[in-house]
Amino acid sequence: MRQLLLKEFMGISAVWWREFKVFRREKSRILASFVQPMMWLFLFGSGVGASLSVGSINYRDYIYPGILTMSVIFGSVFFGLYIIWDRKLDVLKAVLVAPVTRISIFFGKVLGGCTDVIMQVAILFMFSFLFPAVNPWGIPQAVLILMVTSIALVAVGLSLGSLMESLEGFQVISAFVVFPLFFLSGALFPVDDRLPSWLGSLVKINPLSYTVDGVRGALLGVSIAPFYVNLGVVTLFAAVMLVAGSILFSRMK
Amino acid sequence: MAIIETRCLKKTFGKIEAVRGIDLDIEKGEIFGLLGPNGAGKTTTIGMLCTIVRPTSGRGSIAGFDIARQPTQVRRNVGIVFQDPTLDTILTGRENLELHARLYGIPTSVRKAWIEEMLELVDLKGRAGDLTKTYSGGMRRRLELARGLLHRPAVLFLDEPTLGLDPQTRARTWEYIRKMAAKEHTTVMLTTHYMEEAQAVCDRIGIIDAGRIIALDTPANMIDSLGGDIVAVAAPRPPLEAIRSLPYVSAVKMNEETVEISMKSAHLHLAEILSLIPDVISVEMRKPTLNDVFIKLTGRDIREDTVENGGGWVEAAARYNQRGR
Repeated sequence: MRQLLLKEFMGISAVWWREFKVFRREKSRILASFVQPMMWLFLFGSGVGASLSVGSINYRDYIYPGILTMSVIFGSVFFGLYIIWDRKLDVLKAVLVAPVTRISIFFGKVLGGCTDVIMQVAILFMFSFLFPAVNPWGIPQAVLILMVTSIALVAVGLSLGSLMESLEGFQVISAFVVFPLFFLSGALFPVDDRLPSWLGSLVKINPLSYTVDGVRGALLGVSIAPFYVNLGVVTLFAAVMLVAGSILFSRMK
Repeated sequence: MAIIETRCLKKTFGKIEAVRGIDLDIEKGEIFGLLGPNGAGKTTTIGMLCTIVRPTSGRGSIAGFDIARQPTQVRRNVGIVFQDPTLDTILTGRENLELHARLYGIPTSVRKAWIEEMLELVDLKGRAGDLTKTYSGGMRRRLELARGLLHRPAVLFLDEPTLGLDPQTRARTWEYIRKMAAKEHTTVMLTTHYMEEAQAVCDRIGIIDAGRIIALDTPANMIDSLGGDIVAVAAPRPPLEAIRSLPYVSAVKMNEETVEISMKSAHLHLAEILSLIPDVISVEMRKPTLNDVFIKLTGRDIREDTVENGGGWVEAAARYNQRGR
């Protein structure tokens, strides 16, 4: 039994290792993953921030937690969806015939994706000193909840990816899953009773709103729910997606 | 006990009977060739033995492990080189092997040594640090061979290992296969539709057609069963009865304008044969090949329904169905 677990762990770490190698090789992807959020913060955030503050916090600083979450959403889901491409190129074929269960391969991919995304986010954290309202001591808490969120969303991407046959579905997922998840997370606006009620309800059922609230609480000291509630909701979301993802991934092909 | 054993192994995809019951006993160290036209069920058979395709019925075992009930042990004991390339092109040659070593749980203490040894064996040491997307077709194949053998499997499956390679690279690839098989005393099961290559490299051959093994023997025995050499004489009115009555003639077949006469040691009898036939236009003498065996067994040329580079329709259907599952 112990032997068996050890072998599975080696399988998980093998896939993880591969993803990390690939990540380090794709320098342009790392650059893009840094530039895009920076544009949101400085080109969009500074623009709106010139005439708008939320409470005492400048708008640009206010959306910093939301933009971190956005990076995690896009990075994670697209990482997961990437397996459609892997399957097309038969890269996965040799991995899938190894004496390792599908579930281990799935978990290896999830960890690999999560590592990629957190490293991208780490670069953004290095620039947190540009945002006066951000409390650097809250960073560990923020990283924790973003990590759990990333695990959940890589699992979402892998689940969708194992259901899809072609890359054409990519745009559909982008339009109907990724962007709604982002816009409805309160990343760009405060969630309070000034929101139209339909919008407020949609935001409340989006698990990522709890990530944004958690990160906001950790970094800016303003949040609706206590941190443990936010973390709890996101963890539950991750657990559900891991189960769903393992099932779908095992049935793939 | 045979290292590969199957009994009544069957696979149907919907209404298509891809494999209709196969019995095989392959001994350790053998190089066994599964020959047949595309769509005959070769890839599906290998897929079942590697536990990628689930058999519909029948059973099979590799190194004593049941392919349906002990897939993990089977997988650990087999190496596979797929028909289509499956290298990770964003990794280097060495990294591809390293990934494989990790997936197969090769202990860290020997990992490096085994990888270098395999790279040496396939002459890729000099290029091992380059991304595999920069490799030529032949180099990719070699790296895949090295990968298939890296974890020292009992059985190596090669599905059309030389498909799509130029003739020179094909010859070299076979050299590597033979060398590697000999080294670890590995059993090799391969599919190909290059008859001449199979004839040269395989210890035994199973001819598969429409999902059944229709002949199984050594290449030499198969060819001998055709009754020796073939003399093909083009002539308008060959005296068929007179030729047939010669004691050393084993078969006579009329083929449009050409009569094909089979016999042992044709060079000794050629003069007499030609003296019997008036108005000879041309004469050709040749050794029969496995292709002649195939024609004799099925009435078709193996190449008739063979398309270079393309999977057969049953294989295509198989892939389609696996996706859908």
